[in-house]
Amino acid sequence: MLELRNVSKWFGGLPALQDVSFCMEPGQVTALIGPNGAGKSTLINCISGVDRAQSGSICLAHHPIGALPAHKIAALGVARTFQNLKLFARLSVLDNVLTGLTVAAKRSFTVSMLRLPALRHLERQLRLRALEALDDFGLAKKAHWPASSLSYGEKKRVEMARAFVSDPRLVLLDEPVAGLNTEETAQIARHIRRQRNAGHTMLLVEHDMELVMDVADQVVVLDSGRCIACGKPEVVRSNPMVLEAYLGRMEATA
Amino acid sequence: MMTARDNLLYFLYLHRTGLTVLALSVLLLVWPLLESNPYNLGLSNLIAIYAIVVLGLNLFIGYAGQISLGHAAFFAIGAYGSAIGTTTLGGPAWPVMIVVALAVSLVALALGLPALKLSGHYLAMATLGFNIVVYSILVQWDKVTGGPSGFSGIPYLSIGSVVFDNEIAFHYLVWTVAMIALLLCLNLVRSGVGRGLAALAEDETAAAALGVDTRRAKVKVFILSAVLASVAGSLFAHCYAFVSPDSFNIFVSVDFVIMVVVGGMGSIWGTLFGTALITLLPEWIEALESYKDIIHGLILVLILLFLPQGLVTGIVDAVRTRIALSRHHA
Ligand SMILES: Nc1ncnc2c1ncn2[C@@H]1O[C@H](COP(=O)(O)OP(=O)(O)OP(=O)(O)O)[C@@H](O)[C@H]1O
Ligand SMILES: [Mg+2]
Repeated sequence: MLELRNVSKWFGGLPALQDVSFCMEPGQVTALIGPNGAGKSTLINCISGVDRAQSGSICLAHHPIGALPAHKIAALGVARTFQNLKLFARLSVLDNVLTGLTVAAKRSFTVSMLRLPALRHLERQLRLRALEALDDFGLAKKAHWPASSLSYGEKKRVEMARAFVSDPRLVLLDEPVAGLNTEETAQIARHIRRQRNAGHTMLLVEHDMELVMDVADQVVVLDSGRCIACGKPEVVRSNPMVLEAYLGRMEATA
Repeated sequence: MMTARDNLLYFLYLHRTGLTVLALSVLLLVWPLLESNPYNLGLSNLIAIYAIVVLGLNLFIGYAGQISLGHAAFFAIGAYGSAIGTTTLGGPAWPVMIVVALAVSLVALALGLPALKLSGHYLAMATLGFNIVVYSILVQWDKVTGGPSGFSGIPYLSIGSVVFDNEIAFHYLVWTVAMIALLLCLNLVRSGVGRGLAALAEDETAAAALGVDTRRAKVKVFILSAVLASVAGSLFAHCYAFVSPDSFNIFVSVDFVIMVVVGGMGSIWGTLFGTALITLLPEWIEALESYKDIIHGLILVLILLFLPQGLVTGIVDAVRTRIALSRHHA
């Protein structure tokens, strides 16, 4: 499904990613963990085309996507959320989720301006899909609210709905539960589990080890831009390098 | 169970856009019967012509999130293009209007491709510079444009035997075009394209990650807005039968931006309001006439300081949030 080989990225001479390589199988959840500044978000940015790796290759279903711009990667069925929410504050909740269907919507200006029956029909279908996704994430009642009036936890869910609404091939989730309380975290965990059961392939960046051990089929550990371990959760968990580099440090700071 | 009243309300809600357009069309249809003073009709005609420009500009500013201080230049090319095309070259008015609009779309493409790589201040400067160049050409190249004293003798438009040669005829002409432009813009913003543009205006990175080809979308909106300005310019030339460079200087461009800002970024209906208000303001308050540019500048600064999304949109957004929250607490 997704194959990374020797992906490297520098920010002004400082390495953020160094020779990161791993594979993801369809239908699997891969957790990407590592201490702050390890390069997790940078990796997600490189996969989604928001940023560009300077060397190495990224392949989606054997097609190289490393050099494609973000909108082309989105069109191939890669959706993502952002660590720092990127909702459109002035749009309604429903319209926010509808932007997740940009690829499915018509792109022609002329067709849109004429709004012929075929377009109306398509738009109605998209609306239904968006409402369904909102319902999945327990937000159907607030569909017409301005996104800016939601609570932080609700916004996180809107972003998830926006990512999943298009039924993407690959979803990149950057810290979906960061900043949420235990109840909200459990709620999001349920959603992630449900999406996994529905067969979605996900790359999940997360600090919450309980969630990671629970939903991940595979864990990739980054430390200072290097991939120091990769494998099944129970194996990675007992890997001494990981314990030292990550878990130990986490416990020391916790 | 839905009662008849619920059904009616739902119907009204579902077709709110179409119904509002219909109501406005009916009002415009009978307007010349209610208002027979040619001076006032002239004003409302000017509002229609400006509204066509400002609708496009609002898509560019409010939806695509860009800025242009040069739309009077496209307005000018439309007006002088039609003037020269029909008078000097003796071409038929409607085809000339279309050819000029196509030419403007090419100019916008040529300007937009490099300029839209810029953003913020740079884009403002680039478009402002473009307006100054076009204005200078209008003033300097007097053999073709008539120079500072203007270009007269432009023929009226006609369809068959109907000649648009008085304020009432102009009214139906310009408002028909304005309503078509309004409808096209309303359709555009209610589609996937429009949502992509709104997303782009708020956060380019997020929009791109959702599949919006941001660069292409910006250039397309720029071209669309330029074409609308060109058509408005052509109508302007044919209605007044006279054009002079002063109608197209940079202050006119700034006024267009102010109309967008008053109406509210990204509000198609607000555009009509903003255009009308700024066009009528100097008429209502005579003292304004001589201080027009200062007052308009002040309005711009005040709105951007206190309601950055624009006057109407800012108020509407605030009310919506209030309603949503009060329902939540109820
Ligand atoms: N745009 C940028 N310019 C310069 N340096 C950057 C930029 N983005 C990230 N970095 C640096 O790259 C490194 C990796 O950052 P990244 O955001 O990927 O870490 P992360 O693993 O997501 O951390 P966190 O857990 O805090 O989200 C950090 O040292 C960061 O300072
Ligand atoms: Mg991060």
